[in-house]
Amino acid sequence: MPLFLKTLFKTRGEAIGFIAFLVLVLVIFPLAMPVFRLNLVGKYLSFGFVAIGLVLLWGRCGVLSLGQGVFFGLGGYCMAMFLKLEASDPESTSIQSTPGIPDFMDWNQLTALPWFWEPFKSLPFTILAIFVVPAVVAFIIGWAMFRRKVGGVYFAIITQALALIMSLGIDGNQGYTGGRNGITDLRTLLGWDIRTEDAQYTLYFLCVVLLALTALAAKYIINTRLGRVLVAVRDQEDRVRFSGYDVAIVRTSVFAFAAVLSGIGGAMFVLQVGFMSPSIIGIVPSIEMVIFTAVGGRLSVMGAIIGCLIVNWGKTAFSEAYPDAWLYLMGGTFISVVMFFPNGIAGLAEKFPRIRSLIPASVTERIKGMATKKTTKTVSDGQ
Amino acid sequence: MGDYTAEELQSIFIMQGFSGLSLFSVLLLMGLGLALIFGQMGVINMAHGEFMALGAYTVYLCSNITEQFFPAFTPYYFVITILVAFVVCGLLGAFVEWLLIRHLYHRPLDTLLATWGLSLILQQTYRSIFGAREVSPRLPDWLMGSFTYGDVDIPINGVFVLGLSVIVTGSLVYFIYKSRFGLKLRSTVQNRSMSGAVGINTVKVDRLAFALGCGIAGIAGAAFTTIGSTGPDSGSRYIVDAFLVVVSGGAASLLGTVGSAFGIAQAQSILEFFLEGTKGKVATLLVIVVVLMIRPQGLFPSKVRSH
Amino acid sequence: MMMVLSMAGLLAGPPTEEVNTTGLAVTDDTVTVGQLHSATGTMAISETGSIQAEQLAIDQINAMGGVLGRQIEVIKEDGASDWPTFAEKAKKLLVSDKVGTVFGCWTSASRKAVLPVFEKENGMLYYPTFYEGLEQSKNVIYTGQEATQQIIAGLDWIAEEKDAKTFYLIGSDYIWPRTSNKIARKHIENVLGGKVVGEEYYALGHTQFGSLINKIKLKKPDVIYAIVVGGSNVSFYKQLKAAGITSEKQTLLTISVTEDEVLGIGGENLVGFYSAMKYFQSLDNENNKAFVAAFKEKYGEDAVIGDVTQAAYLGPWLWKAAVEKAGSFDIDKIAEVSPDIELTTAPEGYVKIHPNHHLWSKLRIGQWGEDGQAEVLYESELIEPDPFPEGYQ
Repeated sequence: MPLFLKTLFKTRGEAIGFIAFLVLVLVIFPLAMPVFRLNLVGKYLSFGFVAIGLVLLWGRCGVLSLGQGVFFGLGGYCMAMFLKLEASDPESTSIQSTPGIPDFMDWNQLTALPWFWEPFKSLPFTILAIFVVPAVVAFIIGWAMFRRKVGGVYFAIITQALALIMSLGIDGNQGYTGGRNGITDLRTLLGWDIRTEDAQYTLYFLCVVLLALTALAAKYIINTRLGRVLVAVRDQEDRVRFSGYDVAIVRTSVFAFAAVLSGIGGAMFVLQVGFMSPSIIGIVPSIEMVIFTAVGGRLSVMGAIIGCLIVNWGKTAFSEAYPDAWLYLMGGTFISVVMFFPNGIAGLAEKFPRIRSLIPASVTERIKGMATKKTTKTVSDGQ
Repeated sequence: MGDYTAEELQSIFIMQGFSGLSLFSVLLLMGLGLALIFGQMGVINMAHGEFMALGAYTVYLCSNITEQFFPAFTPYYFVITILVAFVVCGLLGAFVEWLLIRHLYHRPLDTLLATWGLSLILQQTYRSIFGAREVSPRLPDWLMGSFTYGDVDIPINGVFVLGLSVIVTGSLVYFIYKSRFGLKLRSTVQNRSMSGAVGINTVKVDRLAFALGCGIAGIAGAAFTTIGSTGPDSGSRYIVDAFLVVVSGGAASLLGTVGSAFGIAQAQSILEFFLEGTKGKVATLLVIVVVLMIRPQGLFPSKVRSH
Repeated sequence: MMMVLSMAGLLAGPPTEEVNTTGLAVTDDTVTVGQLHSATGTMAISETGSIQAEQLAIDQINAMGGVLGRQIEVIKEDGASDWPTFAEKAKKLLVSDKVGTVFGCWTSASRKAVLPVFEKENGMLYYPTFYEGLEQSKNVIYTGQEATQQIIAGLDWIAEEKDAKTFYLIGSDYIWPRTSNKIARKHIENVLGGKVVGEEYYALGHTQFGSLINKIKLKKPDVIYAIVVGGSNVSFYKQLKAAGITSEKQTLLTISVTEDEVLGIGGENLVGFYSAMKYFQSLDNENNKAFVAAFKEKYGEDAVIGDVTQAAYLGPWLWKAAVEKAGSFDIDKIAEVSPDIELTTAPEGYVKIHPNHHLWSKLRIGQWGEDGQAEVLYESELIEPDPFPEGYQ
């Protein structure tokens, strides 16, 4: 294999697994499923972006964020604001007292578009914002905390509080944000109706391609020197510091990168689901995003994506058939994953070599030590 | 506020002070059990709220039983029920420690995930047993009135919860710093292997401490039935507040928990008075987050810890 | 002749190809409908009653021979109190299951999430909850009251009865309480000539109302106008009582407390306060007595019935009436004939569908007693639904 591919895939099995995954989502799913189910798969995969971010941040770098929903929300809201403005042209909102502004603003007696909505009339600005807004927010938060060596449990709790603040803040400013109902009834993207079947196919493929590219980028990071620094920061923070690295910068950058990925996921979610609401960014959804990652395997990029698919699919299927059993199953799965398979489905591949080729786990060499190793030494558990 | 007389302002001032105190006692009760488990043992118990809900459901059950079989006992049952809630939650806590927690002491972030799974299971169990509706026990009449002096009304249930939190805090402090078990607990926290070497049964210490923390959650839940209702999801409403209290207090010190509960309660109560509703809460949370960013070790960090 | 045959079960009804030209899930002897509520999550508390009432109505209709000779079969979906899930399940019901109609949703947020799906896939939704208005769709029949129906008559009554001039508006922080209070404020200031001395909103699930109660005590309003929902409700009323704000000293009118909520709050914490609703379980008429008896027989003596539960019960009956009038299950035909469909058997009394797809209905004021039931003190004339009220926006 060429050197570049070698950096991406440590073994032949990994490369085959990746291709198998692409065949599954690009060929088999679209052929085997009606567009309605395919659209659901697309929705699940939009959480895959968050999960990849968590693999880097949590699995590799040892920083657990319970607030990824915040960034998912930032990206999603940027996208939703653009789409909502396009859906609120003066003609289709002529029934309002102020035509031309989003309907929920009119209900809340706003008579002009708030200033921070103005730039979202432009698609290039919106796309830029989807990347930049989560990155900047994450950078500020991350820098403030990592510089003071806040980590581990403290970081988890604070990011959880951020998720709460964000959802409360959106609830409380409904004239500007749509409040609890969220931003609904999104229709077109530059005149292209995103609700038609054709559009849903297109968006699904766009989502898959972006996700695959993201996965490759993440694998590249993991397998280069930067990836090894991340693991070192996780396992032996002090030694990394003594070697001359700035641990805070490393952590902050990874946090910001994970935030950007979450933001992209949020934007893809909005395009495929057609609305955005604070119920997708609060405490519970943020923890659920961690679950997807944990079930799939917190160390493995592909594992995390598969975790998103399996957990969400299980949620849909079980809640259709046995809504009561679903919570038991989800709780039980979660406990057993943590207790018995800390590396999730990808970790199982190590135990049962025959499926190793199906689910690439670049992590096999590290699994054994992982379960018993202490997490990063920071203020939280600095005994 | 020019329209009000000095007397009115004075009585509002007193009542506002009391509602701050009342919120303080609520936060303190929520935080104490967690501070013990999280601060002393390093375990993040996301199911802490569900233990509170269990305490509340215990009160609800006891209230139904009392009303049905011993109606004459209704005015007094509540006090005894608090003890029952403590025991029930403590027992479940010991069981959970045996089943889950003891395997995860060396992985603090994983206890967070496992106990979150546990909280899902407990929530669904409550829903299956008690139904999805919110329930609230019929409280004795003496708890529901208020002491009135002129314009000032002081709610009795608030006084009751405040008194209870003082008693619980006092007992816990005594227990940890004066009793034999407390000595063992503190030594286990400081150096587990050394404690084991000198003959302390650290396994037993862990289990007791976890059970105690859960039991206190049960007391908190029981006390909250006087101010709110209980549903399958009630626990999740408390958990973030509880964690913020413990974390901003400096996880390892009980004094810190008391101090931060007081600070947060006063901040929230004042901010809610001058801002409106949700904005007050958001402002409070922002203040806490900023404080934590500046002082990540909490307001009252413990000085006994060492590497 | 037809009647005899259909009674004997030999002829189920008109042929399927006539009554179903758009490929819905209708066979010669069954029609499939969907039911979309939260069975789990925070909203399960509220939505349980609606699920039960819709099921009761469907059972009763089936016992009478079904709709156009077809037995109704139900596909239940759980929205899990999560709005994207609602949209997902709505789409499944319409696209995969091809249901004839859907009874469902409770919160505004869930309705807003499914509305684009219903409009795009051309489904029909019977929505039971009283809500903020500002909406009208060909694909929805609103069987609860929109805001003006519930608010204006109630405020008029309380202003006259209690000679009220000052009002304190309180709500949970989302669109229904905010929009409702906006209408209430306009009506108080412009029509009643009163004054709003305070208006605030607390997050859903908020449990500490100490500071708010002190503000109320400071402002001394004639009326507290409360739209607090969910778990917050219980804390709010318990703490009001504990702070000495009882009906002896203070008038309180709410549009968010039904018999369902009282079950959690406890009648003793509400004694003497007023609710403005179109329906109370204690309504004294023959329709209601039969309905309450049937409900209790199916779901137990302790079951209570609130306003939304009754509105949910109307859904299947209104749909049946529309299908029979149209002689077809086609959504377009049902939407077209729905205006002016009337129901004389409704527990709340006579109702009629307005061309804007809301119901003409009465408003009643009930005063809560210790037993958790309300005494109905006032009943308005039939009020026209007006989801886009002039002068209140």
